[in-house]
Amino acid sequence: MSEPLLSVRDVHAWYGESHILHGMSFDVNPGEVVTLLGRNGAGKTTTMRAIMGMVGNRKGSIKHQGTELIKLKSNHIAREGIAYCPEERGIFASLNVWENLTLPPRVKKDGGLSIERIYELFPNLKERTSSQGTKLSGGEQQMLAIARILRTGARLLLLDEPTEGLAPVIVQQIGSTIRALREQGFTILLVEQNFRFAATVADRHYVVEHGQVIDMIPNASLEANREKLKTYLGV
Amino acid sequence: MIFELLGVPPQALFGQLLLGLINGAFYALLSLGLAVIFGLMNVINFTHGAQYMMGAFASWMLLQYAGIPYWGALVLAPIIIGATGVIIERLMISRLYHLDHLYGLLLTFGLALIIEGLFRQQYGSSGLPYANPIPGGTNLGFMFLPWYRGWVVVFSLVVCLATWFMIEKTKLGSYLRAATERPDLVQAFGINVPRMITLTYGFGVALAALAGVLAAPIYSVNPIMGANLIIVVFAVVVIGGMGSIMGAIITGFALGIIEGLTKVFYPEASNTVIFVIMAIVLMIRPQGLFGTPK
Repeated sequence: MSEPLLSVRDVHAWYGESHILHGMSFDVNPGEVVTLLGRNGAGKTTTMRAIMGMVGNRKGSIKHQGTELIKLKSNHIAREGIAYCPEERGIFASLNVWENLTLPPRVKKDGGLSIERIYELFPNLKERTSSQGTKLSGGEQQMLAIARILRTGARLLLLDEPTEGLAPVIVQQIGSTIRALREQGFTILLVEQNFRFAATVADRHYVVEHGQVIDMIPNASLEANREKLKTYLGV
Repeated sequence: MIFELLGVPPQALFGQLLLGLINGAFYALLSLGLAVIFGLMNVINFTHGAQYMMGAFASWMLLQYAGIPYWGALVLAPIIIGATGVIIERLMISRLYHLDHLYGLLLTFGLALIIEGLFRQQYGSSGLPYANPIPGGTNLGFMFLPWYRGWVVVFSLVVCLATWFMIEKTKLGSYLRAATERPDLVQAFGINVPRMITLTYGFGVALAALAGVLAAPIYSVNPIMGANLIIVVFAVVVIGGMGSIMGAIITGFALGIIEGLTKVFYPEASNTVIFVIMAIVLMIRPQGLFGTPK
């Protein structure tokens, strides 16, 4: 088997006094869509932020294409070719849609999508370029948040609950976008609470609880593990 | 004519209007620097007045010790004083970001007292003359316009608008505005936000120093010139709205003019009019005329 693109080993992370991650370990292979499933507060978002270098206090090992990231600052981690789409979307109110879309700088020369290609994936954005970013609907903001990390040349995308709070038709649209991105060779780490959605896009699922991975379920055997997963997630 | 109706000679009216515009130009330049710094760093830079004074002293020293004339100082002094700002930010202010705003304010206030004290120790407080680089002027009919004062108003306006353009319309400006909202996320996109903050502070300080260079030929170069001005400038910033770029520019010029007009029509109030406006604005619109409520 090929080297994993991202390899997380025994990562611990703290916010102030509270110890959030208790030895996270998992791998993401090139071209895969992998989800972190788990309840609220399990440490999924913190895992994303730890990979991105946005948690001050972290230890363990996070390797991307063999490069150790644990000691790097987040701007250097981004330059390694990793892009992050936060749960709260992080659309900037003082920037219009075009400025939001073009804000993240190119981190790699090749591999980014062109603006035309991005507009093909998200046609709504094209008509709203001069609108204030936060005047968009929730679904459009989510699309903008994903769209802006596609042109940077980063090939590993961290998407934190992209479907949260969105109407089913928008969720479907985001699902087909993720599948399209996978076909184009992007590697995606996805945080989800909605395993029905996760099942439609992902290759493998890691179940996270109390800041640790407690199980790994390939998407093919998701049906067989349905009851177990329901217990994990409390749904 | 209307001047007779108002009971004011046109010379006096336009003379005070010009003085108001000059003061307004300094208010605008200084409050712009404060707004840029506050907007990105959430630091109320009380050293601003001292840095304005340092700009004036830098141009005086460049002339005195290096023979560099006004036009050279106009470029060099902001760079030199801006560089001292960069050092101050790296060594001191950057250590306070995780604390309450109040600590930044106290630190910069203390620095202002130290800097002003050192300059007063060295140069006294009677003031040093700086020759007018563009002597003369022209009679416009209704008033006499000294060239240098016209230059200060026009140049300040150009610098203010260029700064506004840079922040509101350029790529670099979009980084700055985005980092004002979510510095962590902008950094996670690959931008070195701490360095950008340092350079922004240096830029804000350079604007103060530029105002100081412009002021040197008009007022004498004096260690306490900034301390007198900065209180009024803070009132301007509060009226315009903390962190608003265009607000700082418009309010700066407008309050200079209002102050000038007050000198014509009711001189007794001219020292307090800005503070009265500030009190009214704070009661009616606490976020300032151009500010957005937090």
